[in-house]
Amino acid sequence: MDYSNSKYYNDPITGELCAIEIKDGGFKHSIPINEEDRHYAEIQRQVAAGTLTIADAD
Amino acid sequence: MTKARTNASASPAVGRNMVINGAMNVAQRSASVAALGATDGYFTVDRFLCNFNASAGRLSMTQTSDGPNGISANCIKLDCTTADASIAAAELLVLEQRFEGQNLQRIGKGVVGAQQITVSFYVKASASFTFGLELFDNDNSRQITKLFDTTTDWVRHEITFPADVDDGSSPFGDDNAISLTLGFWLHAGATFAGGTLNSASWANNTNANRAVGIDSFFSNTANNFFLTGVQMEVGPVATEFEQEDIGVTIAKCQRYFQILAKHGLGSGGGNATVGMGAMYNDAYLTCPLRFPVQMRTFGTLTSGSATGIFRFYRNNGTDVFDDFSTSTARTNYGIEIANSDDMSGTAGHAGFIETVSAAAVLTIDAEL
Repeated sequence: MDYSNSKYYNDPITGELCAIEIKDGGFKHSIPINEEDRHYAEIQRQVAAGTLTIADAD
Repeated sequence: MTKARTNASASPAVGRNMVINGAMNVAQRSASVAALGATDGYFTVDRFLCNFNASAGRLSMTQTSDGPNGISANCIKLDCTTADASIAAAELLVLEQRFEGQNLQRIGKGVVGAQQITVSFYVKASASFTFGLELFDNDNSRQITKLFDTTTDWVRHEITFPADVDDGSSPFGDDNAISLTLGFWLHAGATFAGGTLNSASWANNTNANRAVGIDSFFSNTANNFFLTGVQMEVGPVATEFEQEDIGVTIAKCQRYFQILAKHGLGSGGGNATVGMGAMYNDAYLTCPLRFPVQMRTFGTLTSGSATGIFRFYRNNGTDVFDDFSTSTARTNYGIEIANSDDMSGTAGHAGFIETVSAAAVLTIDAEL
């Protein structure tokens, strides 16, 4: 997965942060804020390495 | 090493194989994907990851109905489509299965009484190659690799790894996190092949000792690699490959990946059901879904995203919309999917949701 378009997503009803969304090649990926999810873990690794910035939620 | 073609037993022990989908019978994502090599991932056969790094080589991965008679009708086929004869240090290609620690406690690894592990598998290739089979302890960064050879005929390899008693400080975690990786090394640069192969006993990881002496799958576009009947069990003996009901295998795979909806799977090959939905307000369509199998963790939802590929039937009319997001209401047994970007309706209206076109797919992924 290409994480370069990562963007925080807030629950429209509660306003709470609930995912990181990525639009990529005809798909929308909704990655949970969950250390056990491999995509979330990889995003955190890339952020820590300074190679990825997650855009703010709308 | 024993030739294939026999698999009879009067009293098979059920559940001894720790590998999931070792017969390569389940491929929920796709039966075939081409031009792989830029990024790693799960592409075809469930639970088998292609781990790539930095190679210019490319391959097609296919679930192929060419398994050894009496073992499995299916196998994984890797077909080299772009060669990479200039191997940079960091390159690798490893076909992997990753295991949760709570499914490995029978091994008793890292403490007194630890068990040997025997891995058996059926393999063939387009020519004679030497590749590597590695067990990597992700919890403690320890590993061991044994080499195996291929021929153009199916051959069953039976490889026993010694127990890792270590110093009593390196058991597998008893949880849902990755603890062990079973890896078939098919291509490696000097970073992983520049040392001395660690094959006699478990050792703290030194990358250079992981894949020494293997050939490169990416050496020629004529190269093919076939694999099936993968089994990992406790003890020094490779028992016959454990046959499993397809419903059991699918359920095991669904702990890690599920298709929630996919256009074309519906009756007649058309529209597929997503579920019941309701308008929370005039712009928010909500659809709670319960998974048929509890997943490893709450995972990543992937929705097809294109104009009008999903449809909501409500109040004697329809609305089409582009994709789904999620809410905070997601667990390992269910999820709320929703759309608040495209809808314009009436609060309280309820109806059913289905796919409209081929781009409409919904999956949930909790893989390791």
